[in-house]
Amino acid sequence: MEKQRMKRTVICYFFLCITAGLLFYFSLICGSSSIPPAAVYGLLKGTLHEGASYRILFDIRLPRTISAFLLGGGLSVSGYLLQSFFRNPIAGPFVLGISSGAKLTIALLMIFALKNSFVIQSGMMVSAAFIGAILCMLMVLLFSGKVRSGAQLVIAGVMIGYICNALTDLAVTFADDANIVNLHNWSKGSFSGTEWKDVRIMTILILAASVCAFLLSKPISAYQLGESYAANMGVHLPIFRIFLILLSSILSACVTAFAGPISFVGIAVPHLMKGLFGTARPLIMIPAVFLGGGVFCMGCDLIARTLFAPQELSVSTVTAVFGAPVVIFVMLYRANERSTI
Amino acid sequence: MRENAVLQADSLAVGYHRKIVVDGLSFSIMPGEICTLIGPNGSGKSTVLKTISAQLSAISGDISMCGDALCSLKEKDIAKRLSVLFTQKLSTERMTCGDVVGTGRYPYTGTLGILSDHDLKIVKESMELAGAASLYHTDFRQISDGQRQCVMLARAIAQQPKILLLDEPTSFLDIGHKLHILTLLRQLARERQIAVIQSLHELDLAQKFSDMVICIHKGKAERIGIPEEIFSGDYISALYEMQHGTYDPRFGNAEPTALKWNPRIFVIGGGGAGITIYRRLHRLGIPFAAGVLHESDLEYPVANALASVVVTEKAFEPISSESVGKAFSIMERCEKVICCTEHYGTMNAANRELEQHARAAGKLCDFVP
Repeated sequence: MEKQRMKRTVICYFFLCITAGLLFYFSLICGSSSIPPAAVYGLLKGTLHEGASYRILFDIRLPRTISAFLLGGGLSVSGYLLQSFFRNPIAGPFVLGISSGAKLTIALLMIFALKNSFVIQSGMMVSAAFIGAILCMLMVLLFSGKVRSGAQLVIAGVMIGYICNALTDLAVTFADDANIVNLHNWSKGSFSGTEWKDVRIMTILILAASVCAFLLSKPISAYQLGESYAANMGVHLPIFRIFLILLSSILSACVTAFAGPISFVGIAVPHLMKGLFGTARPLIMIPAVFLGGGVFCMGCDLIARTLFAPQELSVSTVTAVFGAPVVIFVMLYRANERSTI
Repeated sequence: MRENAVLQADSLAVGYHRKIVVDGLSFSIMPGEICTLIGPNGSGKSTVLKTISAQLSAISGDISMCGDALCSLKEKDIAKRLSVLFTQKLSTERMTCGDVVGTGRYPYTGTLGILSDHDLKIVKESMELAGAASLYHTDFRQISDGQRQCVMLARAIAQQPKILLLDEPTSFLDIGHKLHILTLLRQLARERQIAVIQSLHELDLAQKFSDMVICIHKGKAERIGIPEEIFSGDYISALYEMQHGTYDPRFGNAEPTALKWNPRIFVIGGGGAGITIYRRLHRLGIPFAAGVLHESDLEYPVANALASVVVTEKAFEPISSESVGKAFSIMERCEKVICCTEHYGTMNAANRELEQHARAAGKLCDFVP
């Protein structure tokens, strides 16, 4: 039995890695202008240095694909942490309004920057997003102390999200016309236009936060049994809670700063991975969720930009199409499960 | 306070938000002892247990665990000394019972919490001890309440504590599982010298399985003592402020309130045969008298609890003419007489006179009201 579980885990990881590799490859060769596979090999070997193919591959598609992978992974880990923290299967940065909070502060920053005509560094974007995310997170926490049921918590989060979106719209209305186009594209969620310097920052932040989350997998596993048992097992609850909140906020803030609010990845991927691996052990789940989220977002981004090429869909549109059914399925599955006990 | 106490509380005050629920609590538990908290709902038993397990900080007073003050111990050190079993149900996700028991090894594993072979061996042993070994691969959500409690107890055992703290471990269980859990606790206390502190609502079981009983009532530990001291006289009725019915602490027998009207039926009883008749009459709402019963009779406590009037005789004495006279006068006023005694000996010979008298008066009937 233990061996079977181990075997399943290894096979699933292998499957995810292969899928990630394939999607990575297709993300590079597919697009509005098709690139011959030979150019990709050339780029990877280092023999391709210039030309249109090099520019498209190295300056546009490679950073975009890498960021889709990293941000997708980060978003999913953030969703997994929030689900564990609130013990709520449909918690996630988007549902709880955390992405919208980050979006609001970024919109404000963008408008402010354009009015005062200074260039925004990606570090500033992330910081602004983090402030928005953590403020919304604190609001959700405030509600979570008052409400007993998970459904109420989700409703509170969705409402916070609406308020933030309304405020964002308000701010955009009063901004100059020229700013709106830029803001509008971003606020729908997209991996396009990622530059190498952004990739550098997101790699550091997302990988660091994800590794921290992985190191927390032992207390998370204790926390899954409930707070009183976790406390009895020796988890220092106040510190643990702060860590979880900070990590999930950093991750969702980072994603929102670079790609805008992306829906359903945070909820859907953890459930898909739990189903695939047949376990909820954080030790296995956190790397799996990261990989799975990366694969999911690379796939969705590939669809978003190739389906109606040269027209590009927003990535949120695609993630919603694949993610929302997962949420519905999870709810139905859970309802059945309860009735069998 | 005793030497070598594994758990000791000294003028402890517990409660929430500075509001004291139970005050002035002092006790000590030795290794291998089972200490049971009893008391009415809402008296603060769970609050006391939460404070001892460091989930709630004490308002004042001291708790010491194996000689160290609780507040000086780190979470991990407490976890190695004390394990818990609470009433709340676990909501696990894709965890087998083996996984759940494995969480008990948490304080002993490394940074990532990976179980070693040694840990797995202890998990298996704990599950065998708790009679849950066959559930190792079963999903935790798919087992019954009784099995769940066995698995949770195995989890607590796997934590290898010196103190086991349980909040109503037998609630929601059938009588077979109740006895199983309590027998296991007794075995753990005896064989592993684990100190057990628990709260129970089953008084009869608390009486039989505890070395020490703490009665929590009206914000304090009203009485602390061995079961023989606590379960005597009318104290239990007072502790639970019982207004409906009575509790006989000798047998752990709870009976409803007697129908205190004039008796319509006289039951000649003795030897235990009358018990079913008393219960049936009470159920039908018919007030009755019982007699003549010896105070040592098996059915005396039931008759005493349910009958309007009981004519009694001192233990081991033949029934006196005085008692017979009293029984006659009550029988006169009754519509019917039921006799459930089949055998008359030296001591209850006078009851035969009662039967014959009733037969002569045409009042004697079989029990068909």
